[in-house]
Amino acid sequence: MRWGLEDVDVRRGRNVALAGVTVPADPSRITVVIGGDGAGKSTCLEALTGLLEPAAGAVYRPAKERIGYVPATAGLYADLTVQENLGFSADAYRLSGRERSRKAAEILDRTGLSGARRRLGGQLSGGMQRKLAVGLALLHSPELLVLDEPTTGVDPVSRVELWRLIGQAAAAGTAVVVTTTYVNEAARAATVILLEAGKVLASGTPDDILSGVPGAVGRAAGAGRPTPLSWRRGRSWRVWAPAGRLPDGVQPVQPDFDDAVVIAALAGEGG
Amino acid sequence: MWAMVVKEFRELRRDHRTVAMMIVLPVVLLVVFGYAANFKVHDIPTAVFGPGARQAAALLRPPTFRVTQVDTAAGESAARVQLRDGQAVVAVVTGGGGPLVLLDGTQLFSVETAETALASAVPTAAPGSPSPREQILFNPDLTTSWVMVPGLAGLILVFIGTLITSLGVVRERQSGTLEQLAVMPFRAWDVIAGKIAPYLMVAAVDLVLVIVIGMSVFHVPFAGNVAVFALGAALFLLVTLGMGVLISTVSQNQGQAIQLAFMILLPQVLLSGLIFPVSSMAAGVRWISYILPLTYFIQISRGVMLKAVPISALGEPLGLLAVLAVVVLGLAVIRFRRDLAPAGRTKQARAVARAGEPAAA
Repeated sequence: MRWGLEDVDVRRGRNVALAGVTVPADPSRITVVIGGDGAGKSTCLEALTGLLEPAAGAVYRPAKERIGYVPATAGLYADLTVQENLGFSADAYRLSGRERSRKAAEILDRTGLSGARRRLGGQLSGGMQRKLAVGLALLHSPELLVLDEPTTGVDPVSRVELWRLIGQAAAAGTAVVVTTTYVNEAARAATVILLEAGKVLASGTPDDILSGVPGAVGRAAGAGRPTPLSWRRGRSWRVWAPAGRLPDGVQPVQPDFDDAVVIAALAGEGG
Repeated sequence: MWAMVVKEFRELRRDHRTVAMMIVLPVVLLVVFGYAANFKVHDIPTAVFGPGARQAAALLRPPTFRVTQVDTAAGESAARVQLRDGQAVVAVVTGGGGPLVLLDGTQLFSVETAETALASAVPTAAPGSPSPREQILFNPDLTTSWVMVPGLAGLILVFIGTLITSLGVVRERQSGTLEQLAVMPFRAWDVIAGKIAPYLMVAAVDLVLVIVIGMSVFHVPFAGNVAVFALGAALFLLVTLGMGVLISTVSQNQGQAIQLAFMILLPQVLLSGLIFPVSSMAAGVRWISYILPLTYFIQISRGVMLKAVPISALGEPLGLLAVLAVVVLGLAVIRFRRDLAPAGRTKQARAVARAGEPAAA
């Protein structure tokens, strides 16, 4: 791997926040770290960007000038206009002259915020704020783009637009690490890290994770939960049989990526 | 309603700072201010000069007077220097046509107390001796605003420097931009200096405004050197801005910053000598005055504006303000750096020692 975490441990007081976590980040590839609340997703990014120091392991990151970062709180100035926010980032990364104007115009165009350049950051909608934040992080063409749940709480249209921006960054050669709680977003990644309680439950390409599903998966109808290792999918239930023997009345199905993520989580719980 | 009461108490129980502010702070302030707020002035620093200095000194009895110097050789000019430099509040010059009592008009309560005590002391002197002449220097009419404006200017600067600065930094933390600044290619010092500089400029403009209004509306004189005053103000501002940054490093939100700032602001009002003379405070609380930057700024501002004290006589307050500035700003920078550049600050840097390098082949 070019950038990323390698076998990293992070402790917060006496608690272990991350244990032996590896998150690769390679140019032109998107790595998605997926997990529930408190899984350690943000901690991974804090270790990657240098906001906290690991107790063990290795962190590979470019110089600060080559990192673009968007924290979970969006991290833009609510009392500055869109244009002024861009100006501040351009100053911080020492962009000047023609490059500065060209980059700012390009970001405004790509984020669809050209018409809102005079609006205050705090007056933008949640989705627009997120797009601006990602745009600010991309302004200096970073080698490593680190985004902490950029689509959480964002409407579906803005989510699509945000993923378009992220995809464009990767296509331009940037190594991208994104955290999310949405399984469908993880399916877009080149590499997926499934995190739970600070430990990696599964990692690899979505296909790797899918092909690594142990046992059998089936579909069951009915109102009641068929087995403890089952979960709702639309109107029916998915049932996982780790040993490969599905209960009677459960119809075998080919698991998809959503199923694979849930099964990895269940397996991590000791299922 | 009961549910709301229970909920509020539960929240309050977990908010230790607010509980401290509501219960502990009033008790502490009552005790401290009770000892500090003292209209009855005693231990007035007094110097006596001239051939009859020893006899005169014997009449100036404690607890009202504390004779700090008796010099039979020196005269009126030495007495004036003592008052100007703040070494004494009362100076008695003997010899000639009768004793001359010089009083420092910038010390309102001390002068009033001294006048009363002197009036009762004179009849006990030798009958037929000439009655003393009295002269109040620097503020002949004992105008309150002349004394208050230089001190209030300092108080306003404490307010801006400490409260507004701390809110500015905490706002960055709350909005998540501080986290982002830490990842940007800034040095910790760049961020601190960049944060402080605008407040420093605004505070400087405020200071000029307050002084100009004080001079034009309240006719407060500015007798001394502007450069000396500016030096004292700059050092004082650095301390207050440092306190603001320091507060922000231990506050998670603006509410906490306001609480802490007020805990620092309140003692400065009563313990800095703004209203009550420091020398009259009980010894148990007087030491607090000596660690408050406003105490030293008031000495400088009143000294320069009203008494034209030269820089040579302000070495102590200027020096102590400089020490406070170094200590407070140093602590602020150290704590702020922990927020901005945690990686590499401890001996566990091993994990990031290879940062920036590509993975080993």
